[in-house]
Amino acid sequence: MAQKAIREYDAKSILAKHWDKYFPDFTYAYETVLVENGAQLKEEAKTKIWLASKALVAKPDMLFGKRGKNGLVLFKDAKPGDVTLEKAASWIDEKASEKQNVYFSFEGDTPQGEAKSDFLTQFIVEPFTPHAQEEEYYISATCVGDDDVLYMSAEGGMEVEENWDKVIEVAFPITATEEEIATKITANIPKDVAEKDKAAFAQFAIGFFKAYRELNFAYLEINPFVMQGNKIELLDMVAKLDDTAGFMMANQWGDIEYPTSFGMEEKSPEVLDIEAADAKSGASLKLTILKPEARIWTMVAGGGASVVYADTIADLAGIDDLANYGEYSGGPTTGETQFYAETILDLMTRSKDSEGRDKVLIIGGAIANFTDVAKTFTGIIYAFEKYAQKMKDVGIKIYVRRGGPNYEKGLKDIKEAADRLGLWIDVYGPETHVTDIVRMAVEA
Amino acid sequence: MAQLFTKDTQAIFWNNNASAIQRMLDYDFVIGRKTPSVAAIVAPTADSKFQKFFWGGDEIMINLYKTTAEAKKDYPNADVLLNFGSFRTAYDVTMDALNMGGFNTIMITAEGIPERLARKMNAVAREKNVTVIGPATVGAIAPGAFKIANIGGTIENIINSKLHRAGSCGLVTRSGGLFNELSNIIAINADGIAEGVAIGGDRFVGSVFIDNLLRMQDNPEVKYMLLLGEVGGTEEYKVIDAVKSSRITKPIIAWCIGTIAKHYSSGVQFGHAGASANAERETADAKNKAMAEVGIYVPESFNDLPNKIAEVYGKLKADGVISEIPEPAMNTVLKVRRSKQFICTISDDRGDEATYAGFPISSVATPDTGKGIGDVISLLWFKKQYPKWATQFIETVIKTVADHGPAVSGAHNAKVTARAGKSVVESLVTGLLTIGPRFGGAIDGAAEHFKYANDNNLSPAEFLNHMKKEGIPIPGIGHRIKSLRNPDLRVVGLKKFAAEHFPATPLLDYALTVEQLTTSKKDNLILNVDGTIGILMVDMWRALGYSETEIDEFISSGTLNAFFIAGRTIGFIGHVLDEKRLAMPMYRHPMDDILYQVDMAEEI
Repeated sequence: MAQKAIREYDAKSILAKHWDKYFPDFTYAYETVLVENGAQLKEEAKTKIWLASKALVAKPDMLFGKRGKNGLVLFKDAKPGDVTLEKAASWIDEKASEKQNVYFSFEGDTPQGEAKSDFLTQFIVEPFTPHAQEEEYYISATCVGDDDVLYMSAEGGMEVEENWDKVIEVAFPITATEEEIATKITANIPKDVAEKDKAAFAQFAIGFFKAYRELNFAYLEINPFVMQGNKIELLDMVAKLDDTAGFMMANQWGDIEYPTSFGMEEKSPEVLDIEAADAKSGASLKLTILKPEARIWTMVAGGGASVVYADTIADLAGIDDLANYGEYSGGPTTGETQFYAETILDLMTRSKDSEGRDKVLIIGGAIANFTDVAKTFTGIIYAFEKYAQKMKDVGIKIYVRRGGPNYEKGLKDIKEAADRLGLWIDVYGPETHVTDIVRMAVEA
Repeated sequence: MAQLFTKDTQAIFWNNNASAIQRMLDYDFVIGRKTPSVAAIVAPTADSKFQKFFWGGDEIMINLYKTTAEAKKDYPNADVLLNFGSFRTAYDVTMDALNMGGFNTIMITAEGIPERLARKMNAVAREKNVTVIGPATVGAIAPGAFKIANIGGTIENIINSKLHRAGSCGLVTRSGGLFNELSNIIAINADGIAEGVAIGGDRFVGSVFIDNLLRMQDNPEVKYMLLLGEVGGTEEYKVIDAVKSSRITKPIIAWCIGTIAKHYSSGVQFGHAGASANAERETADAKNKAMAEVGIYVPESFNDLPNKIAEVYGKLKADGVISEIPEPAMNTVLKVRRSKQFICTISDDRGDEATYAGFPISSVATPDTGKGIGDVISLLWFKKQYPKWATQFIETVIKTVADHGPAVSGAHNAKVTARAGKSVVESLVTGLLTIGPRFGGAIDGAAEHFKYANDNNLSPAEFLNHMKKEGIPIPGIGHRIKSLRNPDLRVVGLKKFAAEHFPATPLLDYALTVEQLTTSKKDNLILNVDGTIGILMVDMWRALGYSETEIDEFISSGTLNAFFIAGRTIGFIGHVLDEKRLAMPMYRHPMDDILYQVDMAEEI
């Protein structure tokens, strides 16, 4: 919701854009490109001469970590630091050509859990930076409880998790002043940082934390960064933005994309349509498809109510029967409700239940504060009229429960419409417990 | 403070959300509140100064202000801010109110305020001991006392859910949508709620479960609490700790929704922005289990919650902790109400005796009341009881401007009309219609320009320069024959009165420095009677505590002219009656007094 992951490339671009403000005493070359295939990389090389003149590193940039352990970081051909433009381009094309298995957790070098398999479509390519292990550092910041916490370690790189006890944590309340932050960071530099580098490290950490705060990052991690004198290299970055701050960060962030995580199913066109309608509306329309062949579909008003309906269906019918999760709320117009209802009816009438049972449509909701129930039900009735034949073909039992402004009329209207169209329906008002229709539907 | 709201609590409502405000006032009327729960509305872009609302079948006006500070100044006792600003403005509105002080509770409705801003405003509020409800909430209610905006829904639902009077349960939820539902469940299975708060669905909200439950623990009206939590976050554990340490001793019924989330890996967002489990202990199941372990009443499922409420309520009632709650009398709100076409805020003829701004006419009319026409003007024009010096000044002005002989254009017009055989009122208005920028207007003009110069700290020379650039002679300066050596005794009198009775006369003092400069150029460029009146009126209003904006509005709305109109009406009527008595014939202007120069019109 509010916290959204962004690509490593975008995270570096944001820092680079504001580099002189936060890190005036350091330099960062910002040599990085984001490409989809080898041809694009070669195209980039026409303007970015470093791509042809320097040894390269290439890796996917698709919101997952542990790329090294997954064997998805190209940094050597024969030996580390010898990757040419040609090699990087062919490697990218090779990795993009078929689905790759990615593990998200490792015990040592052994993958844990199940792999996700998907195509790699985005690669980040940067110069290979020769450096000593002791020049690698770890730094990150995020919000824990009410405080912002800065994590710093002299041990950067892939082993940081194994060496988590060496990571220094410094917490700051939201109201901390810049002076307080600077003093506390300076006093807490990890002791493993070499004495001669401590001042520079502190200066970098102060700038980093300031950037994290002022640029509305929700999470910001550089692991590792390499510090050689006043020269900084950002070898690997992970970042999340607080997208609710988007309206005031438009200039600072630039054009930011929030990609779906690797291996997540692509959103269906129906879900994308609902998202588009939601973005345009003052009301809220949400839809997640969990199991499209399942038997019980929900069309629930209100965020809280939608959760208790899902809970109750899982409890009483089992998770395998729940087809979708979603909600409409905040006083949607008749047209918006109709569109939402049609989307769900369309999805649920595509096939009959595999066991030949009737499907169940739960039109649920708590007692509304200000949403006009009759008005929203009018939209659902229009959708019924359009899908009545299909609904009868598939076999659908409709259970309605709702309260709030004008609910009597809403319930009467929807009952009359269903009866007129020959649809099976039961309607209940606030005298019936909100989720009791789930019990009725399951026991029927 | 053990109670969030009382029957006297009043709020300032930021944003003119008329339907939500009307619902609050309907609620107030139904439960028999004496004062509306909304004292004032802040509507930064509104042009009007008030908005009408129904109060039962009647209508009342609630003042609109451009800023929270102005509203707070007029309603210092309104200690609740209902911040209905959007996610773009809600932060600034909240911080402004926090810095201003004087608010105990701030409710924020916007969803999706940037997290960093939400955290900052919550932290500052906590520091200042202000209870923040929200963001992303429908609000809170103290049944029978005060209800925020749309919470509780329609009046019918409020009564069905027993939200019109205090019950025994303290209700805290995250979800606003389920708040009504729970009120209803509690009404069906117990005796309603004593206080309820929907804390809001965003990840960072101001007051959290524990803040509200601790207050309810200390509120004697609350006999037991119901907490509806959600998957994600660790706030429920603070409640568990408080139960363990016996800081909370009243029974708690609790349930965390979102038990379904465990079946899905990340990526499915169930419910609110705050609802996402980052660790095992943040899951709904873990929290439900942990709460049950410390003796909190946790039902089997949400569907089982009503039984659990009935059980706990039944037990408390059997133990004598809860007794029967008497049902209070309620007012009913008419279904069909008609908005009034006219508004009157100065006098009222509905009672036994008509009143001027609340004062029966007899209490200001006869000499023994000690009231004069100045008092009547202060009541009917300004809806205030001016002090004696001010009402006497007003009377002095009226008397001073009553007439200025037959030759001035207004009097002349009235006389000519009277001689044409027209009635008193027709002749009078002919004279009055002459009053304007050139005749009588110097009072307005003097007040306006001298005040402008004084407000902008112009030296007399700069002021003269400014007026020269504008191309207008300074209103209120200059007389046909009077000069410094031969002063206008009316002006002398006014100045003497002011010196003796006004607390201060800063604008007159300034005007006299201007006069020094103008008379040094020409002897008769003195501050004349119009100028003196206009300037002293400004000084009077300043001394009476009016703001500069209000005084500017008096000037621009023509209030100063009104004194001239009221006074000169006396003179005009005198001239008209004089003509009637003299039975003067129709007037025709002598032709030899007209310069005729009429050319033949050209063809074009």
